[in-house]
Amino acid sequence: MPIRCEIVSQDRMVFEGDADIVIVPGSLGEMGILPGHAPLLSTLELGVIRVKNGDQEEVFTVTGGFIEVQPDIVTIMADASENVEEIDVQRAEEAMQRAKKLLEKEAPPDPDAYLRIQAAIKRSSLRLKSVDQYRKRGQRSRPPGMGASK
Amino acid sequence: MANAREVKQRIKSVKNISQVTRALQAVSASKVRKAIDQLEDTRPYSVKAWQVLQHIAGQPDRSTLHPMLIKHPSVENVIAIVISGDRGLAGAYNSNVIRAVEDWSKSIQSPVKYITVGKRGRDQLLRRGRDILAEFSNLPAQLSYMDISPVGRLAVDTFLREEVDEVYLIYTQFINRMIHRPVVKKLLPLETGVDERVKTFAESEPLIGGYIFEPDQKSILEEIIPRFTILQVLHAVIESFASEHSARMVAMKNATDNAIALADALQLEYNKARQQAITNEMLDIAGGVEAISG
Repeated sequence: MPIRCEIVSQDRMVFEGDADIVIVPGSLGEMGILPGHAPLLSTLELGVIRVKNGDQEEVFTVTGGFIEVQPDIVTIMADASENVEEIDVQRAEEAMQRAKKLLEKEAPPDPDAYLRIQAAIKRSSLRLKSVDQYRKRGQRSRPPGMGASK
Repeated sequence: MANAREVKQRIKSVKNISQVTRALQAVSASKVRKAIDQLEDTRPYSVKAWQVLQHIAGQPDRSTLHPMLIKHPSVENVIAIVISGDRGLAGAYNSNVIRAVEDWSKSIQSPVKYITVGKRGRDQLLRRGRDILAEFSNLPAQLSYMDISPVGRLAVDTFLREEVDEVYLIYTQFINRMIHRPVVKKLLPLETGVDERVKTFAESEPLIGGYIFEPDQKSILEEIIPRFTILQVLHAVIESFASEHSARMVAMKNATDNAIALADALQLEYNKARQQAITNEMLDIAGGVEAISG
């Protein structure tokens, strides 16, 4: 019996479907959720969510959020989440460059700005890495300037 | 019968009005589309968040989990967050919210303090001499969590300081472009079974055992409960905005239709008056001729 998996981010429904196992980056390390899991409430770290159903696997990036598990349903409330197949590689690369440039220029005056830039770098690198690692379609991260799929 | 010139002037002013209302209708139409988009985009998260809150509130050891789950022994002070529009000309939208407030406040014995979102609701409640704790207006069209968090924060903090015992949320639920319903929702303390909408969404049985919390109960509940509660306020405002814009669009469409009908009726009256005037002149001439020849 599969477990139902729903991933919502703050601005849309990202994924809805059945799964044999859902692997998420929990706050205490990676967790695999199987059907019939005990009720659980946890925070999520930056990382990837893998939803396996039979021989199919869908991979999503997540930048943090929460997970609620009931025996028959996993609800993931992500701050932001994307299917790896949908990631716009060019945009991620540009965001990475921008953030790096900001850090090179000078140390940001306040620690908040510094943390924001750090977070931006982490997000972009997560997106680029997960595309390299998990994208099924032929194209992986392209040389810059090649144009994205969208 | 009114004279032709007066009628002509009225036709002109009615036509001007119809132009204004048509423009307002067009503006609202584009706003309503954006508001509905935002509502639909953010709804899944808000519904899930509310569901999780309900599940937490349904835990067997709820009263030990978080102060926002604790029912105060007696209800002495109540806060109502009332969400209305900044502007009028939206049909019955604002007055329906106020009526909902009136009906609801009759059933509350304790003194009520109000937090208003929107100028119309604030003005109406002030006129009725209600106690207003805070007011928020001129919110941006595209709302984010940051815009609403002061509203929710205020209610949550006041509750946590035990200055109030219950917090209600009064807003307009958007069902479709024609139907919007003012609703009263009990926000705090968090209880189960407050919103029947959630029951239909929940696909699982009520929890039997307690949750496993990671990293630990305290830190995750400290993070989730206030945040998800404030998110409900945000969602209520987004629903209300969508309702307001579509109410205004419908009201302006009706006004335009009425103005056109009125202009048609006046045109008929004008034609009659003009013909009457011509007939009168002809009669005068005929009478004059008769008088000379006779």
